[in-house]
Amino acid sequence: MAACLSPVGAVRVGTGVQKFAFPIFLILLLASIALAWAPALLWPNKPLLVRDVLAVVGVVAFVSLFAMFAIWWERKVAARIQSRLGPMRVGGWHGWAQSLADGLKLFQKEDIFLAGADRPLYRLAAYIAFVPALCLFLALPFSTAWIARDLDVGLIFILALLGLGVLGVLLAGWASNNKWSIYGAMREACQMISYEIPLGFALLVPILTAGTLRLTAIGDLQDAGFPSWLAFHNPFLLIAAVLFFVATLASCKRAPFDLPEAESELVAGYHTEYSGFRWALFFFAEYAEMFAAGALAAILFFGAWHSPLPAEWGRTWRSGPLWQQALHGVLFSGPLWLIGKGLFFVYVQMWLRWTLPRIRLDQVMYACVQVMLPLAMLNLLAHAVWQWLVPADSLLAQIANGVCTAIGAVTIVAILATIAYGLFHRRRLVGTLVVDHRPGA
Amino acid sequence: MTDIDPQITGETMPAPGVAPGTLHTEDLLVNMGPQHPSTHGVLRLLLRTDGELVVEATPHIGYLHRCAEKIGENVTPVQFVPMTDRLDYLAAMNNNHGYSLAVEKLCGIEVPERARYIRVIMCELNRIASHLVSFGSYGLDMGAFTPFLYAFREREYIVDLFEATCGARLTYNYLTIGGAAADLPAGFLDRLAWFLDYFEPKIDEYNRLLSYNYIFVKRTAGVGVISAADAIAYGLTGPCLRGSGVRWDLRRCVPYEIYDRFEFDIPIGVPGGTDDIPPEVVVGDSWSRYYVRMLEMKQSVRILRQCLRQIPDGEYRAKVPRVLKLPAGEVYLEVEGARGQLGFLVVGDNGPIPRRVKVRGPSFCNLSIIPHVCRRVLLADVAAILGSIDVVMGEVDR
Repeated sequence: MAACLSPVGAVRVGTGVQKFAFPIFLILLLASIALAWAPALLWPNKPLLVRDVLAVVGVVAFVSLFAMFAIWWERKVAARIQSRLGPMRVGGWHGWAQSLADGLKLFQKEDIFLAGADRPLYRLAAYIAFVPALCLFLALPFSTAWIARDLDVGLIFILALLGLGVLGVLLAGWASNNKWSIYGAMREACQMISYEIPLGFALLVPILTAGTLRLTAIGDLQDAGFPSWLAFHNPFLLIAAVLFFVATLASCKRAPFDLPEAESELVAGYHTEYSGFRWALFFFAEYAEMFAAGALAAILFFGAWHSPLPAEWGRTWRSGPLWQQALHGVLFSGPLWLIGKGLFFVYVQMWLRWTLPRIRLDQVMYACVQVMLPLAMLNLLAHAVWQWLVPADSLLAQIANGVCTAIGAVTIVAILATIAYGLFHRRRLVGTLVVDHRPGA
Repeated sequence: MTDIDPQITGETMPAPGVAPGTLHTEDLLVNMGPQHPSTHGVLRLLLRTDGELVVEATPHIGYLHRCAEKIGENVTPVQFVPMTDRLDYLAAMNNNHGYSLAVEKLCGIEVPERARYIRVIMCELNRIASHLVSFGSYGLDMGAFTPFLYAFREREYIVDLFEATCGARLTYNYLTIGGAAADLPAGFLDRLAWFLDYFEPKIDEYNRLLSYNYIFVKRTAGVGVISAADAIAYGLTGPCLRGSGVRWDLRRCVPYEIYDRFEFDIPIGVPGGTDDIPPEVVVGDSWSRYYVRMLEMKQSVRILRQCLRQIPDGEYRAKVPRVLKLPAGEVYLEVEGARGQLGFLVVGDNGPIPRRVKVRGPSFCNLSIIPHVCRRVLLADVAAILGSIDVVMGEVDR
């Protein structure tokens, strides 16, 4: 007790192995490159190795770039919602280089360890939070071709890695030797473990429809245009999609479920004591998970990498000359569509975050155990019964498909119309003060 | 261990009974503050928690103590007016006003008619500004970031008006002994009229955005219920008292200045289900206290509109002697500040400097109910209760 309350001053830096941290890191890096290439030079499997290295580098690059973009984007979205401007200076156009500057700043910041912190665990926690968030992109298909490893249990792999993130948070909270951090970690643990269950039940519904766990197969089921997207097959899939989205909000610690880092209650939750790059790793992990959740929602429910146009229309373009193939990628199906849909869901998460207040812990638990869990189970049961009794080509199935498609289309049109309204009236909506006080105004 | 206050380590508190062979648990003592996002300044709450449950909360104050009252006993009243700005810095005009009224009553100074209207305009504007900060930061306490920025956007218009009037944006030193320090600038009343037309519909917008939000109501309704009897017993005043259903407002009940000339209502907390009040609401809960502030902003707009119609031309300050002699005797006067009844005691002894200055800070008295309300509530509720009581530490510590 006394140790926890002792003054927070004593900080140790630059002792022991830390002084040589950067040289050691460099040597390890060079060694790993050498280790990777030496056998490759001798092996006949060199192309495979090159392929894998390329895939890993691609995944890391994508996640880093996305995280940097999303942080900037979140700040711009928040600013616009709050009638501010957000970053406007760094890099010129709308402060596009703000995240880069922040990253540089974080990189050179002091790595602070509290005197009472459990140092090995404290260091490990940031990696344990970050690495699974990175790894799950290995099995996340951006299209049938753009995937690092097309696992036949891809969905389970991704779910498992999404669930691993909680371990890092728990460790961080425990090792920080800060009571607020422990509160954050405990909240994260109970929230995430509870919401995994409705999440799983919601996922079982599209799996039941597709009959496979292979994400590329599930994605390719939905290539016959907008009505063929899984969420619009029948009402139960639509409900499952909503349940899945809400559950991912909770498991990504996004508002209104951002209790583990509720700054008005827990200061900053589990990462209160983290500084510099170690803190940035938690941030990166969060944004990577946000995109993964959004992309997963798109793959499982909303047409994966296919556009709302039926793939049938562009069949000949697929094998045509290069410009036709490129146009096919833009118009019909390709990684751009999946990234776009993922970004849309990330945007919805941001939108919710800057609009809604935070739920209390007991209400989070109530919503999970008393509402979402029974709903998800009943939904699964009902969907199973529906699949058993209603053949896919029957009139009832077609009517259900039509109604669900209409609901989806109306929702999308409503969202687009709202965005267009906001864009059209953007001067009026932000208020005269903002327009008058704009830099250069 | 030895150099730590035993009260902090909890050694003096009874240890929870642990039967042998069972899992050992103990209450956790957590310091909420003095640096904490939702303690609104440098309040320190010592929480004894059992998991997420807060068993008891003890406020520790004094981190912002600046000997305000002692300074008041060493400088002349005119010199002390800037110090009153620093008490409740979110409603500095109301503090200026209260102290000036007390000194004027002691010295028998008659304030010109126009100065009285200027004072009411300033006080009501500052009440709106203060309630806006309260509304915005309460949203922030509940995890809704956006209302905070909206509140500050509207407050910016008021602060711009103040800046045009007296050059300062937070600590004004504008309302002073005998009236105001300067006349209203040219075009002030037009700008004020524009602001009132702009601002009034915004209150409804914020009600739709935050007050009636399902999650917000779930978080605040029925949390931290203070009964009317408790509120009176603990000396609660202002929106906290009215939130508990007591219709008591000094502007109406013990009219001072020229408040008896205006038509306005005193909003109080009402049970849920009536009108547009959500059904979960209980009289005296955090939501009621919060909502009373929203309604009070509307009433302030009403008063300001009447001021605009009635304000006469004339002097903005009475003739006050350069060296003001305070006659022997004492005056205690309370005004309705943004947070409650703000009282000033001034004792004169035929000299230019008061013998005694005492301030009754409403936040200080309102804060006293925290240990009573924060008993067996959740950690998140502490933020909800504290935000709804809306303390300003400058006024608590003085």
